[in-house]
Amino acid sequence: MANEQVKQILDKKYEHGFVTDIESDTLAPGLTEDTIRTISQKKEEPEFLLQWRLKAFAAWKKLKEPNWSSVDYQKIDYQSISYFSAPKAKKKLNSLDEVDPKLLDTYKRLGIPIHEQKMLANVAVDAVFDSVSVATTFKAKLKEHGVIFMPFSEAVKEYPDLIKQYLGSVVPASDNFFACLNSAVFTDGSFVYIPKGVKCPLELSTYFRINEANTGQFERTLIIADEGSQVSYLEGCTAPMRDENQLHAAVVELVALKNAKIKYSTVQNWYPGDENGKGGIYNFVTKRGICHDKASISWTQIETGSAVTWKYPSVILKGDDSKGEFYSVALTNNKQQADTGTKMIHLGKNTKSTIISKGISAGTSKNSYRGLVKMGVGAKNAKNYTQCDSLILSKYSKAHTYPYIEQNNHTAIVEHEATTSKLSEEQLFYCQQRGIDAETAVSMLVNGFCKEVLKELPMEFAVEAQKLLQISLEGTVG
Amino acid sequence: MLDIKNLKVSVEEKEIIHGLNLNIKPGEVHAIMGPNGSGKSTLTNVLSGKEGYTISGDAKFLGENLLELAPEERARKGLFTAFQYPVELPGVSNVSFLKASMNSVLQANNKDLIDAADFLHLVKLKAKKLQISEDFLYRNVNEGFSGGEKKRNEMLQMLMLEPKLNVLDETDSGLDIDALKIVANSVNSLRSNERSFIIITHYQRLLDYIKPDFVHVLYYGKIVKSGTYELALELEEKGYEWLSNYDK
Repeated sequence: MANEQVKQILDKKYEHGFVTDIESDTLAPGLTEDTIRTISQKKEEPEFLLQWRLKAFAAWKKLKEPNWSSVDYQKIDYQSISYFSAPKAKKKLNSLDEVDPKLLDTYKRLGIPIHEQKMLANVAVDAVFDSVSVATTFKAKLKEHGVIFMPFSEAVKEYPDLIKQYLGSVVPASDNFFACLNSAVFTDGSFVYIPKGVKCPLELSTYFRINEANTGQFERTLIIADEGSQVSYLEGCTAPMRDENQLHAAVVELVALKNAKIKYSTVQNWYPGDENGKGGIYNFVTKRGICHDKASISWTQIETGSAVTWKYPSVILKGDDSKGEFYSVALTNNKQQADTGTKMIHLGKNTKSTIISKGISAGTSKNSYRGLVKMGVGAKNAKNYTQCDSLILSKYSKAHTYPYIEQNNHTAIVEHEATTSKLSEEQLFYCQQRGIDAETAVSMLVNGFCKEVLKELPMEFAVEAQKLLQISLEGTVG
Repeated sequence: MLDIKNLKVSVEEKEIIHGLNLNIKPGEVHAIMGPNGSGKSTLTNVLSGKEGYTISGDAKFLGENLLELAPEERARKGLFTAFQYPVELPGVSNVSFLKASMNSVLQANNKDLIDAADFLHLVKLKAKKLQISEDFLYRNVNEGFSGGEKKRNEMLQMLMLEPKLNVLDETDSGLDIDALKIVANSVNSLRSNERSFIIITHYQRLLDYIKPDFVHVLYYGKIVKSGTYELALELEEKGYEWLSNYDK
């Protein structure tokens, strides 16, 4: 099996690299207090939110961009970014038929047929196109159960009290440089509220897509699961091909009240840059959830895209007997860099957390797991199990593991296992001798490696995730 | 089926096989015997298309130039190798691997793919034949298998794929007598006028159960003697030392 041959077979181009030609209402680049006032005004926000943004902005100006992670990237000029972009406003839409046909076409080319999805997969899709949500489906069914699932900007108007109470309650406005920036300039995102005791009847799903050159995306997602409720939320992303680096700094906050369960799954496939690392998305995301008594939060992520990924979905296990999970596959190829992992903060008694991380590095990429398990003073009989596996597909790629453990309660147990392996020519040859071509063999072996994580995904997502892994395996094995 | 003429194989400029000739007709079973280091495994690797060898000479498989075909093309045309040391494929279940393998072969031959139900039925049937338990099918390919289990798994794949030319590379080594019989039964059950076998082995024991049509002795990279089953018996009795008066 020649390396060259494998490389050729697997050198598939990013399939989602196109730009939809839709007239946009875009703000000139630059970031001042006025920018924030304009955004707030364009979105017709209440005063409390404007004040919240301005406070975040003031804090952000004092913060320094973090440099502790293992990712290298060109310095971002925050004044050259346009902070707002919306498809030209049309009248309020009652149904999908009223959505810009070009937009619907974009989704089709991405393999996201909303109509079919509604019927086949039973998924309500809140489509975020650039920064403004244009289509929301299955609202009626959700409404029947009292579930609120809507664009963040609408929720601000319709449920200001909930927003006021929970916005920034898990990720404070000044939490970190990127979260702080998001708090100041976020344009839209999703809002979910599941009432007490309700099991959400549908998997909730949002597709994000960055479509405007030089437009940073600052999404804000807030999910509140009230006592005894359950929800599964899916998030999937693709983006068009770009030469400039595009910044993405999202914030996701999850609140799981007593006995509530939240499952949050992500498939991330943003443009990773070309073979030489040109272009590609910078993905600096802050995702965090808080568990009250007996609540549980589970993060599952399949990260295949972006030039730079900086992301640590975390759980604060505040309540007694609460549970946090993190299942992750991060695949990097060419010059991609990923520094990802989780933080499990055990505060309550008998809290449990599980971390399963699978890193796959190909090309000349850099793939790091960085995770913190903290056992607080009150974390009596708390337990953590961590497993970090790295699979290396090329001679020049790098895999690192940085597990941090803070142990403040002697009754708490922390377990950590780690492995590093290399995909061998022997394995490939064996598959080929059974008639399986190299491309299929590599994806089969990678999928096998990720099995434990993939099985955590909802069915309709698992298939897409496997496809993504396959597409992302460019120029592997060396 | 297979026609090898003056095959020379080198690894890093060291010649290991020095002009090998071998002609195998459909339906024939050929045993290749030889001591350690005689080039048996090299021959297996070259036939199945493994990289890293400098090869000259001719090898025709079903009329095509074998040496120009990629390993997966050889497999799809019906060449199967039961490896001496089958590798482990962590996370890939035996059934999904087998199904992928079968379907790539079927697809390449423009045949209908096998559906999940038919496949399961078939694989359970074959597994039973090999005295393989059902849970074995759902374990990862060769992961944590004992030596004997790995060999049996190779046989399972062979029974499923029903290839035209089967190369068994020391499939008998490390097997107890019961397992040996199972392997022999698998081979015998596949024997037909259209199917051929190359059985590579150190010992005559397996050949007691398979009864080859021809026996060749590979000695320092050359076939130094060919004969029938009786040659195997003679070898067993006299040992390979007996051949040391042949030119190396």
